[in-house]
Amino acid sequence: MASRYPNQASSGHSNIIITTLEGVPGKEVVEHFGLVQGSTIRAKHVGRDIMAGFKNLIGGELKGYTELLQEARKEAVDRMIEQANFVGANAVVNVRFATSSVAQGAAELFAYGTAVKVR
Amino acid sequence: MDIVFVILLCVGYFVGNYLEKKHFQNIKKRERQTIHVPVVTFGAKQELPDANEAALFLGSVVVSADYFKMFASSLRNLVGGRVVVYESVLDRGRREAILRMKEQAISWGATQVVNVRLETSTIGNRTSGKGLVAIEVTAYGTGIR
Repeated sequence: MASRYPNQASSGHSNIIITTLEGVPGKEVVEHFGLVQGSTIRAKHVGRDIMAGFKNLIGGELKGYTELLQEARKEAVDRMIEQANFVGANAVVNVRFATSSVAQGAAELFAYGTAVKVR
Repeated sequence: MDIVFVILLCVGYFVGNYLEKKHFQNIKKRERQTIHVPVVTFGAKQELPDANEAALFLGSVVVSADYFKMFASSLRNLVGGRVVVYESVLDRGRREAILRMKEQAISWGATQVVNVRLETSTIGNRTSGKGLVAIEVTAYGTGIR
């Protein structure tokens, strides 16, 4: 079955393995590099806000916001991967996401995990 | 002014209800299609599952309540208790997010999605009771094959 959605977790042009597990299945962790993280803060823009205001009348999914947050989360993951690349890891394990609103209409998207080398 | 309010309420109620029903039908259909792949919340604090490859999958959706629901919940605020109208909003959001994650994992060829985490956050202004009620639901987990 072809998915209607591309992989939303990362842009996929890196060969770093990301999992929410404490290791990589089928592989062995040989070295730990510690915490890597990536974050981005995004604000929604007015045009989308107005459209969302109309959509709010009938409820349901606000596609504009969904896309905005997906884009932002991808960037957070990419930054995390960049860090992992920098320390010389080839996998990031035990990844977690967090979202917090820092100001009116702005949200921080945050991804963190442990960089490891697997074989 | 009153007329506008009543019209908005009616539009919110009828159109919102109709769309919600359609969305739920769609969700149920896709849940049946993807039932063969288990989605589990365990996997981290035990032996690593037997597999060759693993990848992170994420599904997210931003949902909002309709005008009628917002009005109904503001009435509910006066007396407190269970806010039934919002329960379905979060339910459909959460199921949609899980489905999106699952569909990506399936198209990648996953046999199982392990250690799934769900997260909910509010975007928009929650301090002033009025305005946008937008809730983001995220589901993420590790697909293995």
